[in-house]
Amino acid sequence: MQVQLSHPSRTIEIKGPKKAKDLFKELNLVVEAHLIIRGDELVTEDEMLYDQDQIEIRPVISGGT
Amino acid sequence: MIDLPRHNAAFCKGCFNVYVHDQVSRAIKSERMFGKDDRILVAVSGGKDSLALWDILLKMGYKADALYVNLGIGGYSDVSHAKVVKFSETVASPHGAVLHVHTVEQEAGAGIKELAMLIHRPTCSTCGTIKRYQFNRVALEHKYDVMATGHNLDDEAARLLGNVLRWQEEYLDKQSPSLPASLDGFAKKVKPLFRLSERELAAYSVLNRIDYIVEECPMAKGARTLLYKEVLNRLETESPGTKQAFYCGFLDKQRKPEVSPTTMAEKDQAMLHPCSVCQQPTTAEVCSYCKMMARAKTHSV
Repeated sequence: MQVQLSHPSRTIEIKGPKKAKDLFKELNLVVEAHLIIRGDELVTEDEMLYDQDQIEIRPVISGGT
Repeated sequence: MIDLPRHNAAFCKGCFNVYVHDQVSRAIKSERMFGKDDRILVAVSGGKDSLALWDILLKMGYKADALYVNLGIGGYSDVSHAKVVKFSETVASPHGAVLHVHTVEQEAGAGIKELAMLIHRPTCSTCGTIKRYQFNRVALEHKYDVMATGHNLDDEAARLLGNVLRWQEEYLDKQSPSLPASLDGFAKKVKPLFRLSERELAAYSVLNRIDYIVEECPMAKGARTLLYKEVLNRLETESPGTKQAFYCGFLDKQRKPEVSPTTMAEKDQAMLHPCSVCQQPTTAEVCSYCKMMARAKTHSV
């Protein structure tokens, strides 16, 4: 599957099928700090992701001061 | 679908929107932030939290206008400004809401980065001062009843952690989600999103097709707040509900009227008495050590 990441913006290829929470583990990302988006839909941790999927992992943390 | 580990629940879009509006409604009522007749000025940046706040307040039927401060951070400000204008035209205007814009470069002759260098202060601190000043100025000039910012649970928990780590007690009083207009020249400030996490607000924005700026402000790189948020999110992932317990527990303690402090010795004297077996202090008839030994002897026979 194609996985789009931010900070910096890049796209990587990951072999499926696998659960969303396993993708987080593989990429060493914290669930609470990200959303997984497939098309227009949000993906829950327990949903399966497949080779043909195009996924965006979007960081949700912002802030300075 | 969106899963919310801290509530041990997952919601479809419709139910999630009800949940978000309910959390905002509870925040507004519990902190007596504003009523349906009050005129609200929302500080918008083009990010998910402030645009979601404007969206939620308008959909809940509040009279909410907004202020955008263009900080002059090159392409980043151009994009965020465009996102705010687009939201204003497509979502807010149909509700009769107005967008005010203040451009730092027009007034100061330089963007935020150059200003910070001129006065030898960190960019984030300079930015905060300018935004607070302009926000208050516009609120007073246009006679708004209250100013609302998009600070969320993560923002408040991270700020609290920073203040507690360094025991900056003088700042703790200002961590309330509702700060009154304490004197003439200060408008009332509220944070209606303090019960919602950043992840929940990002999810609300995605589900409701709010087009916000995803990129991080280039000036925020290395900010300590981001480190505190990262630490809190690692704790939250291991133990869902940590951020809420930390910040809302702090608010609960603040609300309780101060009573004269009881010393540990006074508490012990009120609760403890000698164990009937060994005479060491205990809250029960027989102390836990004597109970444990008695049980061990019974099993060994």
